[in-house]
Amino acid sequence: MKTTIAHAWWWKILALICLFYTYYMGFLGEVPRMPILNETIRNLYFHVTMWMAMLVLMLCNAIYSIKYLGNSKPYADIVAEECARMAMVFGVAGLITGMVWANYTWGAPWVNDPQLNGTAASMLIYAAYFILRNAIADDTKRARLSSVYSIFAFVMMVVFILIIPKLNDSLHPGKGGNPGFNKYDLDSNMRMVFYPAVIGWTLLGVWMMSFRVRITKLEKHYHE
Amino acid sequence: MNRIISKTAVLTLSIFMSLHSFARAQEIEMADTMRSEGKIYVVVVIAALALTILSFYMFRIDRKVSKLEKEINKR
Repeated sequence: MKTTIAHAWWWKILALICLFYTYYMGFLGEVPRMPILNETIRNLYFHVTMWMAMLVLMLCNAIYSIKYLGNSKPYADIVAEECARMAMVFGVAGLITGMVWANYTWGAPWVNDPQLNGTAASMLIYAAYFILRNAIADDTKRARLSSVYSIFAFVMMVVFILIIPKLNDSLHPGKGGNPGFNKYDLDSNMRMVFYPAVIGWTLLGVWMMSFRVRITKLEKHYHE
Repeated sequence: MNRIISKTAVLTLSIFMSLHSFARAQEIEMADTMRSEGKIYVVVVIAALALTILSFYMFRIDRKVSKLEKEINKR
């Protein structure tokens, strides 16, 4: 086993620096005063970032799936699977945090909103990805089929999360007639925290994902 | 004449008063007291502590996996 980027320390430390910055600025930084939202606008750093991390990890899943179809190396398949698994963790975190936020600002934990239903649908699509993986006993067959499926799943997720809600009326900012966070809500102060927060949470997810990849590789090595 | 002046004075005054109260109603409530009292810093310290402990644990797991990898490499 050669040393990979997973063994480097710099990006792990960068992740933690970003997260500490997020926690500090998340509670103490300047935020715009908005009706209804009040202080909950700070959830941008803790709820929206979950979805951003999920999207990045799902993109990694699609990239490694394509890679696997190209080179047929089992390593690419392991990374693809663990990316999807970690992305699901972020997705569940995003759903739960979103439900709490919605309960206090929209009045109910689940409103009939295209963004919410779209994310629920895409979570189910990725749940089917894991069911598909578990259903196939043969290693190469599983890897190839699930790689093809995950490319399809990624496209569907982009449609469900990023496109359909934009075409319909949604309570989320930037959808339907609602102004986007980037219009005036997300002022430059919040941007300076939001982007590091996205980097921090994503890198933390990659770090956690790398553990599982390394352990799976060890297991394979051990059984050979 | 005097009555007209006093009436307009009352009217303008009442308009200003209502404008003032309207402006106050527009003010959006934020946790300003919490920040002025400094209690929010306690929350920040505790959240940062939780993150410190978690990151410490993450580094421990990382070291342990690295050790295992080295051992398997030796064999």
